[in-house]
Formats: sequence, structure tokens, C-alpha cells
Amino acid sequence: MPLPGILCPTRQTASQRDSPKAWPTWPALSMQTGKAKRIKAMETIHVNSSCDEAFIHAVENESGENVSLCYQCGNCTAGCPYTDFYDIPVSQIMRLVQMGQRETVLSCRSIWLCATCESCTTRCPNNIDVATVMDVLRHMARRAGKNPEPQVKTFCDSFLASVKRHGRVFEAGLMASYMTKTGRILTDADLAPKVLPKGKLGFTPHNIVGKKEITEIFQRYNAEKNS
Amino acid sequence: MKIGVFVCHCGSNIAGTVNVGSVAEEALKLPSVAFASDTMYACSEPGQDAIIEAIKEHRLDGVVVASCSPRMHEPTFRKTVERAGLNRYMFEMANIREHVSWIGKDKDANTRKAVDLVAMAVAKLTQDRELTPKTFDINKRVLVIGGGVAGIQAALDCADGGLEVVLVEKTSSIGGKMSKLDKTFPTVDCSSCILGPKMVDVAQHPNITLYASSEVADVKGYVGNFNVSINRKATYVDWAACTGCGLCMEKCPSKKSRDVFNEEIGTTTAINIPFPQAIPKKASIDPEFCLKLTKGKCGVCEKVCPTNAIRFEQKQETAEEAVGAIITATGYDLFDYTRYEEYGGGRYADVITSLQYERLLSASGPTGGHIKRPSDGKEPKDVVFIQCVGSRDKSVDRPYCSGFCCMYTAKQAILTKDHLPESQSYVFYMDIRAPGKLYDEFTRRAMEEYGTKYIRGRVAMVYPKGDKYIVRGADTLMGAQVEVEADLVVLAVGAEAAKGAPQLAEKLRISYDAYGFYMESHPKLRPVETNTAGVFLAGSCQGPKDIPTSVGQGSAAAAKVLALFSKDQLESDPQVSVVDIKRCVGCGKCIQTCPFGAIEEMDFRGMPKANVIETICQGCGICTSTCPQGAIQLQHFTDNQILAEVNAICQQTPAQNLK
Repeated sequence: MPLPGILCPTRQTASQRDSPKAWPTWPALSMQTGKAKRIKAMETIHVNSSCDEAFIHAVENESGENVSLCYQCGNCTAGCPYTDFYDIPVSQIMRLVQMGQRETVLSCRSIWLCATCESCTTRCPNNIDVATVMDVLRHMARRAGKNPEPQVKTFCDSFLASVKRHGRVFEAGLMASYMTKTGRILTDADLAPKVLPKGKLGFTPHNIVGKKEITEIFQRYNAEKNS
Repeated sequence: MKIGVFVCHCGSNIAGTVNVGSVAEEALKLPSVAFASDTMYACSEPGQDAIIEAIKEHRLDGVVVASCSPRMHEPTFRKTVERAGLNRYMFEMANIREHVSWIGKDKDANTRKAVDLVAMAVAKLTQDRELTPKTFDINKRVLVIGGGVAGIQAALDCADGGLEVVLVEKTSSIGGKMSKLDKTFPTVDCSSCILGPKMVDVAQHPNITLYASSEVADVKGYVGNFNVSINRKATYVDWAACTGCGLCMEKCPSKKSRDVFNEEIGTTTAINIPFPQAIPKKASIDPEFCLKLTKGKCGVCEKVCPTNAIRFEQKQETAEEAVGAIITATGYDLFDYTRYEEYGGGRYADVITSLQYERLLSASGPTGGHIKRPSDGKEPKDVVFIQCVGSRDKSVDRPYCSGFCCMYTAKQAILTKDHLPESQSYVFYMDIRAPGKLYDEFTRRAMEEYGTKYIRGRVAMVYPKGDKYIVRGADTLMGAQVEVEADLVVLAVGAEAAKGAPQLAEKLRISYDAYGFYMESHPKLRPVETNTAGVFLAGSCQGPKDIPTSVGQGSAAAAKVLALFSKDQLESDPQVSVVDIKRCVGCGKCIQTCPFGAIEEMDFRGMPKANVIETICQGCGICTSTCPQGAIQLQHFTDNQILAEVNAICQQTPAQNLK
């Protein structure tokens, strides 16, 4: 079972989504110095032998979406704010999933850079929850030991560890953990003068009331995963 | 003479690039012009009322309308002037839209040209004479050429409307392409179940005379009175005696005859009934393969036939039919798929056409409805469909879309899964064109419910590998070259004009386009009419069409014929040639040159003279330019009328020429 909403930044309302300022940012993006290079030209795809039907079914089962509904209009890519940083545009990822190209999809960087802003989901004319499909692919890549964007993975791990410990994220602790593990000391340091006076970055953690229950959720998840 | 000139704005179509006001002002300065004005839409009801009012108020003798092409509105305005009490030929049209406003942007130059065209029209009108049409009787019988679904529908609708119908079909059974189909999109209902009853209706309808194995040899005459000769090919069987029992087919030892009905998947017997539901269900002999006709030996069919219907000595016969209207429904043929050598059609046994695949799917086909590869009879697992084979490809001179291939390919992919649940279908396509009712939903079903893999891209080559075929193409959506291993490759061949379509068009005197498809009178407003009065079109002879559209056109053409025949008499066009008997020297050149045989020699007080048969003359004017004496003149286009126009445009002041 994926953990929707925990790996992803806060879900936003439609009005927030329409404002460019409301886009959430991944720390990983700030290390990008320019447009990502497209993955190397694809080799000839042998459709019968390389089409992994089990992969298609797994994506459909985990996401609850029917990928054959996608008719490749490209509206997801058209609205995607991250497509500049992607190695494969989201519409093409949908196509690769339709054609069962497991290896190409799970090795790509795009699924890690997706911010789950859900503009793809909002605009899909066939009501496919594309963001969830991307989320599922990220989970599958992680389970398969793929890690083309180590910093994104580290950020996610640090975030989850923080939630597990405090019941909610402890921002300063998360930053410290992320910086230590990646050595990216000055990441987003320029934001500190703006954030600190507003009390958005406390120096002590604020545990929530249901902290114990949150911890139990993690334990239950790990137990299910290991069983 | 008092002439009124009306200059039309046509909204902004003309007024946008022509100063219509000053055209009207200039027109008023012309001699004989008593009234001139500009009008927003001359063809509209207020526009026509204004013309009628001006005719009455100013006691006009003739009217010039400067507007669009006479092909559009000449009949409209002729009726208008007639309503005001003028003869309908006391009207001229100056085309200042197609000939002026739509082709030039220079407003001053356009305005000058419009003034010139109006001056020409006025000059001709001063020479025009009143003409009166004559009436003639109509023969209320109709000829339908082609017994496909469009022709069948047209014949049945005409017959139900009480007309006598002559239906001519080239092959030995009606049914056309539709009779070869297994199922039809988008409802997947059985083709022969819906077509069969209509075919039986044709056979049983008391008003329909069916000529199968026959072709139209010649067409003479004109609307209301055509004379048609029909070649009835030798079938070597007396169809009046043949009961269609099929005993001859069972016993015929020559089994290598071309099985045209099954698209030459396998062969058939030399004497055969093409398919069980054939109408008429009569046997015919293929003279190329009959042992009796080629070698003089055998004659088994003659011995077994219980009704003694075999006639080895039969010859082609000609039948004559008189009709008043003709519906052409000659359909289409398939693109020659072997022209794409890279697909291997014709070289590889398992690369077949979509229509051959229909025969494999059909329960009455050569495999009894089991999908088997032609090469080894095995059931295929991976089936690749290649679309646009002979469609949308300028390199093979087929730039047009055949329209129905996307749909039948989706249908065949669905049927493949129904027949062979373990199979996987792939479709290489450029675009999916599914604009009909429930059509797009149908192609989506092929993908979503039947798991057909649609791959957007063309195929570069097909080559054998072991007992399979590698289909190499592109998936432009993934941005990659792809290869699919196929057991069977089906080419979605496009439609092209039926063989012999141009020759038939010449017999019918109708026009056809660069690809041999017949031209309709107007692509939107007269889709089943031709520019030859009394000849109508239905179905794919006009351009590729699916079954619903063909049936719709069959009914539409029938409705046109019924409307034409709702009168007992027709008016002939008085714009025909007339001989000035005093000038005619009887040289006979006009008789030789007339393409319609409308001029005959007659004796006038012992001298030979030309005589025009008015009902046959089409008003083409070739005779008038041939006559050395100027004795034969085309009414409404006489030498004097045309010279008046020439004078109007050439007699300009030097100042005008300097502009």
C-alpha cells in the first residue's frame, strides 16, 4: 500500500493550484543548474518481448487507474510546471506504461521530480489520476532499488523520519537531517531571513497529540510491508 | 430599352474589396440603364422584393444583377424577374465575387473591373431576346447502375415509390462489398443478416428488373428520355432454368477458378454460385477454367444439371432499356496493396488485405469463420494491422483519406479478440478518424476493453523471421522505433475509384475528379446530383463512404428521382442551337462535330439543311463555332450577343485605358 499524502507535499485547493506562487518546491530542484538532459535516444523497442503486461497490471492495481484510457492528448505535459526538469515528459511516461516499458519508466528521473501538484490530474480529459500513477511509479522504483535522484530520496526519508518521531514534520530538524546526509549546507539558506521572523521555522519540535497513533501507523505499514 | 442594375454587397464578400456604391453610380451612366442601386444581399427576400419593385416602378425591360457566380444564383434571379412579369431570359448576371472580390485586394482595380463586367452584362442584355421553354413527356423508369448497398437502397426506394427500376450489376450477384463483410461497425451486427433481406427484396420486388453479370454499354438521350444498351455477359447457364441447387458446383472437376468473392483466398470451381446468399442465386461458368470451354472435354455439369440449364454455346447479348433517370452507384475498388513493396503484400502469404481478413472472419468464408494463416493454416497469436495503406499518401498518388479504414480496423481488432481470446492485436495508425455517431466510442472500446495496442506511426518494413514476420515501425508517442513480431499482418487498404469509372462517366456525360471519383453538382447543397440533368450519384462512386452514408445517399438519390418524376412533363432548356435555314449551305460540318448527335440532315425543298433536335441539344455551342456561314446560332449566346460584350469591354476611352 502506498502512503498517499505522506510522501507528497500538502495537497492544495484548486485556487491555490492556479496561483504560480503556490507551487510546492522540492529541495532537489534548487540543485538543478539548468534544463535536464533528455535520456539517451531510445533503442528499437521490441514490442512483444519488452512489453511487460505484469507491470501494466501492477501500475493499474496500485493506482486504481486504467492506463488504456490515455489517448495521448498531452494535456498533462502541457500543464506540468516541472516538465523543464524532466527527462521524460509525463504524457510520454503514460505512453511508456501503456507499452509496458518497465525499465525505462522506473529508471527515469521525472517520477522523482514530480511534485504531485496534480495539475495533470486536474486537466486529464479522461479523468485519469496521473499524479497518483506517478506516485505509484515512484514507489515501484523505490521498491526496485532505483534511486536516480538520491537527494530527493534522502529528503523523503528525512521527512518521514521527522513525521514518525514527532507526529508532524519538525522543519528545523528535517533541514538539519537533510543537510547532514547530503552535505548541502546552504540549500535554501536564503529563505531563512524571510521564514524565521514569521515563526515558520521553530527551533524546538512541536509534538502532536496523536503522536503515538502516528507511530503506530508507521509500525503497521512496516509490518504489512515485511509480511 | 430600360435596364435595372443591382450591385450586391454579399455582406462583406464583395463590399469588402469592391466599392459597390460607385459601381452602381457608374452603371447608371451606361446607355439603356434606367435604374441602378446597391443592395446588401440581392438573393435575400428583401433583395428580391426590391428588384421586383424597381421593375414595376421604373417599367424595366431587363435586369442585371452584379453578384456571385451564375451557377449559384442565376436560377434564383430568373425566377425573381419572372415574378415581376418579365421573361426569365431578360436577365444577366455579372460575377463580381468569384471573378473580382475574392481574387484581388486592390479596391480601386476591383471596382474598375466590376464596372467593366457590369457594362458587358448590360451590353449583352440589350441584345437578349425572350425565350420560351418547350415541354416534353418523361419516361418514368429509372436505371440504377451497381448493385452494392447504395444501389440496392436506391432501387428499393424508387421501386417502393412506384417507379419501374432497371438494376444493372457487373458481377453475377448483387450485394457489393458489403456482402463480403463479416460484421459492420460500430454495432458489430452481422453484415449478411442486415443486407440479405434487402437483396431478397430486390429479387422479389415486382417493380425491379435485375440484370446481373451485365454492364452498361451505351447511353443515349437526355433527362426524361434515356436509351440504354446493356451488355449481358455470357454465363453459359440459362438463368431462367437454373434453380441454384449447386449440384454442378459439387461435381465440377475444375477447381482452380479465381474465387473473386472470397478475395482470392483459395480457388473455386469453374461453374459456381459465388456465395450461398447470392441474388440471383444462379450458377455461371468461368470460361478461362471450364474444361469444356477450354479443351472441349468434360461437360459434367451438363450431365448432372437437373433442369438442363447449361448452355456452353451462350453468347453475350445486348438488351435495350428506355428510362427517364439514371442513378450511378458503381462503388469503389481497393488500392493495389502490392505497390507498397516494403510491406511484402503479394510476396508473403500472411500479409493480407483487410477485405481478405473479412473473408477469414466470415462464417461463410473459405475457413468457415476460423482465423487461420494462409501459409500454414495455424491460428495467429499476434496480429498486426497497418492502416493508411493507399490512403493519405501523396507518393502513391492517393492523398485523400479513405474514411472508413480506421473504423473497420478497430472492428477487425475487436473480432480478432472475440475469435481468439489469447491473441494480441496491434494497430499502426497515423490518426484515428472516427467522426460518426458512436464511432469514436467504438475505437476506444477496441483499446480499452479489447486491449488492442494502438501504435501511432507508420510501418517502414515487414520481413519474415522464421515462421513469423517482423513489423518495424515507429511509435511517435514514445519517440522510438519499434518492432512487433507478427503471425499475421493485415493491410488496411484504402479505396480508389472503381475500375472503368471514367469510361462509364464518359458514357453518362458526367465529370470525375483526378482519381476517377464522380463529381457531384455541389459538394454541400447538391451532393447526389451531377451536372448532367437526370443522372444522380449514390455511394462510393463519388468518394469513399461507409455503409450508413452510402445507404443515406441511395435513399437521397431515389428521392431526387421521385421528385423529378412527380411531374408528367419537363421543360426543355431553350438555350439550344437554332439553324437559320436561309444561311445554311448544308455542308454537314455541324452534324459531324456535335458530341450529342443532336443535329440531323433534313431535306428542305430538295436541298440538304441542318436540323437541331431540341430535346437532345445540350447547348454546348460547338456547332456555332464550326459553322462557316454563321447559320447555326446558340440561343442566348448568339454571335451578336457575345460581340456586344466584347465591344463593351474594348470600346473604352483612352483615359480609362491609362488608369
